[in-house]
Amino acid sequence: MAETLIDIDILRYRPEEDDAPHLQTYQIPFDDEMSILEALQYIKDELDSTVSFRWSCRMAICGSCGMMVNGEPKLGCKVFLRDYFPNKITLEPLANFPIERDLVVVMDDFIEKLESIKPYIIPAQEKSIDDGEYIQTPEQMAKYKQFSMCINCGLCYAACPQYALNKEFTGPAALSLLARYNRDSRDAGGAERMKIVNAEEGVWGCTFVGYCSKVCPKGVDPAAAIQLFKVESAKDYLIAMFKPD
Amino acid sequence: MEIIKTDVAIIGAGGGGLRAAIAVAESHPDLEVALISKVYPMRSHTVAAEGGAAGVVQDHDSLENHFNDTVSGGDWLCDQNTVQYFVENATRQLTQLEHWGCPWSRKEDGKINVRAFGGMKIERTWFAADKSGFHMLHTLFQTSIKYPSIRRFDEHFCLDLLSFDGKVQGAVLLDIAEGTTKVIQAKTVIMATGGAGRVYSYNTNGGIVTGDGMSMCYRHGVPLRDMEFVQYHPTGLPGCGILMTEGCRGEGGILVNKDGYRYLQDYGLGPEVPVGQTKNKYMELGPRDRLSQCFWQEQQKGNTIETKRGDVVHLDLRHLGEEKINERLPFIRELSKAYVGVDPVNEPIPVRPTVHYTMGGIETDANTATRLPGLYAVGECASNGLHGANRLGSNSLTELVVFGETAGQQAAQFAIDTKHVAVAKVRQAAQEVMDRTHALLHSEGTESMSAIRKEMGDTMEQGVGIYRTEASMQQTIDKLAELKQRYQNIAIKDKSSVFNTEFLYAIELGYLLDTAEAMAHSAILRKESRGSHQRIDGFEKRDDENYLKHSLAFYQAGNAPQIDYSEVVITTSQPAERVYGAAAEAKTDDAEVKHG
Repeated sequence: MAETLIDIDILRYRPEEDDAPHLQTYQIPFDDEMSILEALQYIKDELDSTVSFRWSCRMAICGSCGMMVNGEPKLGCKVFLRDYFPNKITLEPLANFPIERDLVVVMDDFIEKLESIKPYIIPAQEKSIDDGEYIQTPEQMAKYKQFSMCINCGLCYAACPQYALNKEFTGPAALSLLARYNRDSRDAGGAERMKIVNAEEGVWGCTFVGYCSKVCPKGVDPAAAIQLFKVESAKDYLIAMFKPD
Repeated sequence: MEIIKTDVAIIGAGGGGLRAAIAVAESHPDLEVALISKVYPMRSHTVAAEGGAAGVVQDHDSLENHFNDTVSGGDWLCDQNTVQYFVENATRQLTQLEHWGCPWSRKEDGKINVRAFGGMKIERTWFAADKSGFHMLHTLFQTSIKYPSIRRFDEHFCLDLLSFDGKVQGAVLLDIAEGTTKVIQAKTVIMATGGAGRVYSYNTNGGIVTGDGMSMCYRHGVPLRDMEFVQYHPTGLPGCGILMTEGCRGEGGILVNKDGYRYLQDYGLGPEVPVGQTKNKYMELGPRDRLSQCFWQEQQKGNTIETKRGDVVHLDLRHLGEEKINERLPFIRELSKAYVGVDPVNEPIPVRPTVHYTMGGIETDANTATRLPGLYAVGECASNGLHGANRLGSNSLTELVVFGETAGQQAAQFAIDTKHVAVAKVRQAAQEVMDRTHALLHSEGTESMSAIRKEMGDTMEQGVGIYRTEASMQQTIDKLAELKQRYQNIAIKDKSSVFNTEFLYAIELGYLLDTAEAMAHSAILRKESRGSHQRIDGFEKRDDENYLKHSLAFYQAGNAPQIDYSEVVITTSQPAERVYGAAAEAKTDDAEVKHG
């Protein structure tokens, strides 16, 4: 029996050689169990060693292999050829990020946004290790746990229409991370972080399309985080109106 | 040539590297730290650790218990001074992570919860559901952002260390995106690059786990210690090797063969513990080396299950119920569904042993110092004497934070006591590295890199696997020598400078081959069976008289490594028979009678 084949288009861009990004087609044997990431590895090992893409864990936890698969942001290791076969698959770098090369995007702005929201516990007062752990009930943990599950893959920024228009927008992953710390019972830095939330590029930039939550591979639901903040931010605004500094 | 001066350079930004960076920044905010990683820190392979981190918390547990479990788990090849320091600092460091926000799973009263783990007498494994490494890594990364003295070099690939005048002097980096070289002139360097599981074909490791730091130190004259001890985790998914945490068994999961029989009871781990109950150090809660060996024995007897992804046994979680699986093992459910199409709520998961962890690594003392002044090593890349011949699950995550802190403190003190050397010598040494790198990139070889990588993985599985013979190991040694020869002539088609991953793979393959060679040569000369090193060619027994020793592999450019030995540090626990299940209890009773 003849081998079943599948076509994969990859957006190629090598800044030293290419004037503009262009699609290149590769044909590989179809395998029911092969992930898109494995298909890329096959192409790199067997067909064209010059294709560049990020990857590491291949189990959807390191967040390296985000890319556009037929126009949708996906983790390459978590989607399979069978999800698309017999149709052609088109792989492109994550939307809304500048292209570094091939499927590799520039992550600098995304990383800076994560860093900007003070993503660490700011305790009310320093607690000594000798005093043991903070008491935190399962209910208290449930308030933030979901927002601590972000793997920083960037899919939500590729999905976000607001970030597409305005790169100043703090964006879904960073705002979820902010919510993760603000909702943690051990943290007392909420007021500091709410300044970021309330800023023009904070939550009010979001037009609540909700696509970020749809594409999140870890169920973080950034849209919910942002919606919760809008309620709090509105409260802050009202209080500020009646109690000007 | 851009030369950046710093006090402490840390290569690798996983759990160990991040913890070390924070330790320097906290204790000496005036010292500059260069934190270097070939990926973004949160991509580091710490992220994939699932089960948890060991630290004594329960009243009926003790440091002595943790010490004894670790030393016997390591088949008495552990340095006991290191183990003592480790168990004394474990809980403190896990509590520190808690203060930094790590979402450890809790009991109803809000205190830390712990789960059972293989080879541990009392439950002492802290866990964050089944994403313990993920949460530890993100907590450490996010906390590191607080400290302005930590300057990160994300996606900077370390081409080589710089060492001269009898000490380490820095490192040469390739900025992956820019394709430019940066030279870090450092007073001290901490190596924290993780393991080398990728030398084997089937492993639980990420693609970045390529032994970089091990090989770099090795090439600079620091021996690799105990490299023959490679851990096969008993429960990986067939084909891809993705990890199904030991936490599955800690929560009560069972292993069965093709007849639905719990075969572990036939190998000194029984008697059978009723389904739905767990008994520490019995059956599925035996240590990893033993459980992986049992699989091999069952396979020989024809008791494993044939699948298109190879032979497997079944990890059955069904009796735990959907609610518990969702609470304690949600990631396992997600992974099993995605990669083998099995929902563990309804079906058993097919599993087989896959390479997971390198017990050996860069030789250090109990304080993380190598024999090259100024150079420290921490985490899986290091061999500080903690794990001996077999690591117990959940000791390595704790190792990252206990010895990460130590490495940071030690390196900081070294930096304070040291001055930078004249820059001209750094420039000259760096130029040599750059010339070599340039020559590799522009070599016009013909050998296929992926073919060499694949043949290396296969020969390691065949020769230096779960069970070993002189003949199988010699074959692997010969094959590796051939592959190293072919590596001299590899084809690199991509000559560009921006994010050239083909070139990075080529350098990594060089690191992998050196590490693999150290493993195979250390293995063939250890004529005994101990922990994860099991021979079936007349050396089936442990031989304390001749081999209660650490092996040391010394790099010899162009030749096979030279293997030497060093003493094991024994303080309170004299080598004894290593037993689990009912046999262990009998032994304990025996000892109590004698003491009584």
